[in-house]
Amino acid sequence: MSDWIGQSVPRVEDDRLLRGEGRFVDDLHPAGALEAAFLRSPHAHARIVSIDASAALELDGVELVLDGQVLAQQAAPMVFDIAELIPPNVAESTGVTSRVHPMPAIPADRVTHVGQPIVMVVARDRYVAEDALELIDVVLEPLPAVVDAEAALAPDAPLVEDSWDDNEAISFAFTKGDPDAAFRDAAVVVEERLRSNRASASPIETRGVVAAVDPMDGRVTVWSSTQTPFILRDFLVKLLALGPDDIRVVAPDVGGGFGLKGSIYPEEVAVVLAARALGRPVKWIEDRAEHLAASTHGREQIHEIALAADADGKLLALRDRVLINGGAFNTLGIVVPYNAFTHLVGPYEVPALDIGVRVALTHTMVTAPYRGAGRPEVVFAMERALDRLARALGMDPGELRARNLIGPEQMPYATGIVYRDGTDQVYDSGDYPHLLERARAHAEAARAELGGDGRRIGVGYACYVEGTGVGPFESARVRVEPSGRLTVFTGSSSQGQSHRTTLAQIAADAVGVSVSDVDVVGGDTGTLSHGFGTIASRSVVVAGNAIATAGGEVRDRLLELAADRLEASPGDLELRDGVIHVAGSPETAMPIAAVVGPLTPFNPGRPKDAAPVVEAGAIHRPSTVTYAAGAHAAIVAVDERTGVVEVLRYVVVHDCGRVINPTVADGQITGGVLQGIGGALLEELVYGEDGQLQTGSFIDYLLPTASEAPEFVLEHADVPSPLNPLGVKGLGEGGAIGPPAAVANAVEDALADLGVVVRECPLGPSQVRELIRQGQVNTVDS
Amino acid sequence: MSEDPRLVRLTVNGVEHAAEAEPRLLLSDFLRHRLGLTGTHVGCEHGVCGACTVLVDGAPTRACLMFAVQAEGSSVTTIEGLAPDGDALHPVQQAFHEQHAMQCGFCTPGFVLSTVALLEEKPDADDDELLDALSGNLCRCTGYRNIIAAARQAREGMKAGE
Repeated sequence: MSDWIGQSVPRVEDDRLLRGEGRFVDDLHPAGALEAAFLRSPHAHARIVSIDASAALELDGVELVLDGQVLAQQAAPMVFDIAELIPPNVAESTGVTSRVHPMPAIPADRVTHVGQPIVMVVARDRYVAEDALELIDVVLEPLPAVVDAEAALAPDAPLVEDSWDDNEAISFAFTKGDPDAAFRDAAVVVEERLRSNRASASPIETRGVVAAVDPMDGRVTVWSSTQTPFILRDFLVKLLALGPDDIRVVAPDVGGGFGLKGSIYPEEVAVVLAARALGRPVKWIEDRAEHLAASTHGREQIHEIALAADADGKLLALRDRVLINGGAFNTLGIVVPYNAFTHLVGPYEVPALDIGVRVALTHTMVTAPYRGAGRPEVVFAMERALDRLARALGMDPGELRARNLIGPEQMPYATGIVYRDGTDQVYDSGDYPHLLERARAHAEAARAELGGDGRRIGVGYACYVEGTGVGPFESARVRVEPSGRLTVFTGSSSQGQSHRTTLAQIAADAVGVSVSDVDVVGGDTGTLSHGFGTIASRSVVVAGNAIATAGGEVRDRLLELAADRLEASPGDLELRDGVIHVAGSPETAMPIAAVVGPLTPFNPGRPKDAAPVVEAGAIHRPSTVTYAAGAHAAIVAVDERTGVVEVLRYVVVHDCGRVINPTVADGQITGGVLQGIGGALLEELVYGEDGQLQTGSFIDYLLPTASEAPEFVLEHADVPSPLNPLGVKGLGEGGAIGPPAAVANAVEDALADLGVVVRECPLGPSQVRELIRQGQVNTVDS
Repeated sequence: MSEDPRLVRLTVNGVEHAAEAEPRLLLSDFLRHRLGLTGTHVGCEHGVCGACTVLVDGAPTRACLMFAVQAEGSSVTTIEGLAPDGDALHPVQQAFHEQHAMQCGFCTPGFVLSTVALLEEKPDADDDELLDALSGNLCRCTGYRNIIAAARQAREGMKAGE
């Protein structure tokens, strides 16, 4: 039954958020709460010679000063379980080596990136805490730093991790077919060096954490703007050697995450330690300068990519040497590098592959997943290379893509690669040629229609696949309240994805109630024994299917109870809109409240043998990821004189399986696209050679505004996933994957006759003017 | 460093308040922490993101760029003041809901108040003027299309409701 799935149900989240009644972490201020501030490294690399905090401690209102030496006595350095997770067949097929080195929440002896915490002060309020930071006398001895990934791998580069003999954190390689022969025999070969720019997810709510110790039992409640409350709980329990139930993590309203809040951070450890040490609640709210310097960065990859094709444009081989700037710590292991590898080839059939990936540590902020988590980077490389190939062949870029896409008749399609979860990578479903065909139709219509104001018009494409709904599992529990309403608990938490609406739609259909009778509670470890969180376009797949299963069991239980009362067989009953009746006999109607109401201890109507609670829990364990896909087209106008690029229209033809709520789905896509356009035109985190962050505020790190939002054409071409009962695929990241490639391709298309070759973003006015100058030089040379 | 607190008298959402505030206390912190009006959100503290936008004597103002003492004698409207006590939503709020112009909701109060300020000052604002006003606030979730649609709907709704 699907009364609710597929409907654009208005969001139940909105009313309280519109009235200013949201509860974000900074809105929580337990009685007696103190506030923390961090003194952070002004150097990319330095030895901590001495710290004198005596004057700070004397300041009225200061309660605690914590430096790395003290912290080291209370907590081991941070190592994340996932960093050490490499399935044996991943290792066998790629020869991967990954060196993880522990990250102290606050280092005792050496800082390795600008913005790294050196001292935490806890005081009456943030103002006093920041006053105290100014009274701390820290002596730092600057050391040589390296910020560029290639320079970091040079033999004489300064080491980020002292105990290593070089800065290489991760290395792996993969070969399929005979790439050397393919390149030798190819009619056309193109080679490019392409770079994806470093970016900040920059949700409008920065990070924040509040920790409070219950004086009665010593248990700690942590409210964090995390995407992964259960992972944070499990981590803190292990790090602090506490009992599994001694910490409860709650993700309240969270103001955007985009992967950045999926990491676990030093401040979360330090704030919990402070709350335990002081026996008072402690709060830390990140400011934007801290966010840009010390919340994980994303992207920054260099691709030396080559494509070989025959004279008809049929791809023969792909070679790529990928170098990723990992920042100062390898915190998450192969997550992003391996995502990059397994999404590089995308929806295309390429018989021979020769791919090598390396990650270098540098004296910069740690890089980690940011919406797409490796995919926008490789799609930029692959899709740019395809356009270079099209130009070399004198072929329309859309046509070149069409000739190489995997067809629907080839599904399920095994790529010959082992996915990160240790399964063979198999694209389960989708019609990629159809996606592209529709995108081309929209794009060509736009090309004919737009322009005419003297600016150059360009069209660019990007096609991709995305493995979504990653395991290992997600949990859910559905409970019928005495009122007859349902409460749905799940390990997945929301950072704006509308779970309270979409997951309620799933539960409503599974049980047979109105969506308005469902309350969804996500992200509270006090409600479920195990769970995960919301990352990697997973929630609707893993949480959604767990809820559907649990909801089905609840429905069965309700029908059994009602059957007893109605003296009928459960199989003869119907449950819809919260009312149960014998099929064909509407006069027998009994609302759910009437079924569960009598389950109180001394109610004479209580069935003696019935369990007094109607609830069910379920875990969804996906066999592997399910593949969403998309074809994007950007139609841009470029002003040759000023270098200003405007995205006039942006086309997304998308396959995210069965859609739960079309309005919400489209909102996710447009939001992702605009983040991608930000990366294409505006956003780059820039470090100077000395490791100083030169884009430390929103004055220098530019987010797109409403003025940069293009007109959108969105079209769904959804093929239900065969891998889960609901038929859903993830969609949170898809919108962000295509735009850097599509916009870059469109800009090059607009300026092709000027000899312009786009090799990196952002494409701001000065960068575009420089490309035009460079193109003219090249054109004259040749 | 801190200086002695001063008494600040101002009207917030129609209610008169007199509270002590250090001269350096930001209006945003005063509203959030002294008055408990946490609907005013702080996203950057340097006047770019617009999440903390409130109306000071009707004018859209970044509460993170103003000290509480500067609001002495002013009338301030925060998001909590648009539809108090569970009243029906303001037409701008209603339009944001109907157009799905919000996801995480963190930037929403600032967008709503920027839109209210524009439409109250200029009910006939054309699309370019709307876009101009909305471009002073940052949203990272929606891609802005639905926000623009909501502002247009609110413009028509407020005109019709006059």
